[in-house]
Amino acid sequence: MADDIKMRAQLKGDMVEVKVLIGHPMETGRRKNEAGEVISAHFVQLVTVTLNGKSVLEAQWGTGISKNPYLTFHLVGAKVGDIVAVTWHDNLGQSSSQQIAVTQG
Amino acid sequence: MQRRSFIQLISLFAASLLLPIQAFAAVWNKAAFEATKAENTIQGLGVPAQIPSSKDIEVIAPDRAENGAVVQIEITSRIPNTESIAIVVEHNPTPLIATFNFTNGALPYVVTRIKMAETSDVQAIIKVGSQYFTAKKRVEVLENGCG
Repeated sequence: MADDIKMRAQLKGDMVEVKVLIGHPMETGRRKNEAGEVISAHFVQLVTVTLNGKSVLEAQWGTGISKNPYLTFHLVGAKVGDIVAVTWHDNLGQSSSQQIAVTQG
Repeated sequence: MQRRSFIQLISLFAASLLLPIQAFAAVWNKAAFEATKAENTIQGLGVPAQIPSSKDIEVIAPDRAENGAVVQIEITSRIPNTESIAIVVEHNPTPLIATFNFTNGALPYVVTRIKMAETSDVQAIIKVGSQYFTAKKRVEVLENGCG
């Protein structure tokens, strides 16, 4: 379990609201540091989400997603106790995963 | 003998490192994400140049953004069988922000935070089977958020 992903999945009525916050610099490759050197691009390219192991969301990202990416999405057909898992991969080959059980909202 | 097993070990290790990177690099739409003009972005996504606007797509974004580094946007498609949402900001250095594919009960709805270099339309492109629909919302940016 990685602590760079914070997430919550709550049953609200007949759908589950999932909120995800990923700790990541999301460098565009166009920014310069104080010495005037270009900071290399470092950004999340792929985010996948599964519900009980079944794929529900696949997001591809460019450099235009803000630093420390935030995401909310909705799932239907999920119930309390179901497992929502998030995995990201970035352009430097780093990755991280986190999962959480759906709770009553 | 020792040398051979060492080489085998190294090549195995290298292969295990390369595999997942290649696997998802194949997924990431490099042509569309690295395009610097909106028309090339659209082309890279495989979307026709002219697509109809739809009132069943809602793009919620602020009228004015103080800081272009963090602009929260919300996109909803009420078009049945929506498969994916792409977000394009025409005046960004690389216009394609993100694509989202929904399956197995995920609703075509997303809230996220994006960077905006300057005042621009935020465009949502929705894919339904072989059809595409779009909606836009103009956001006035007071301070550049790309750098």
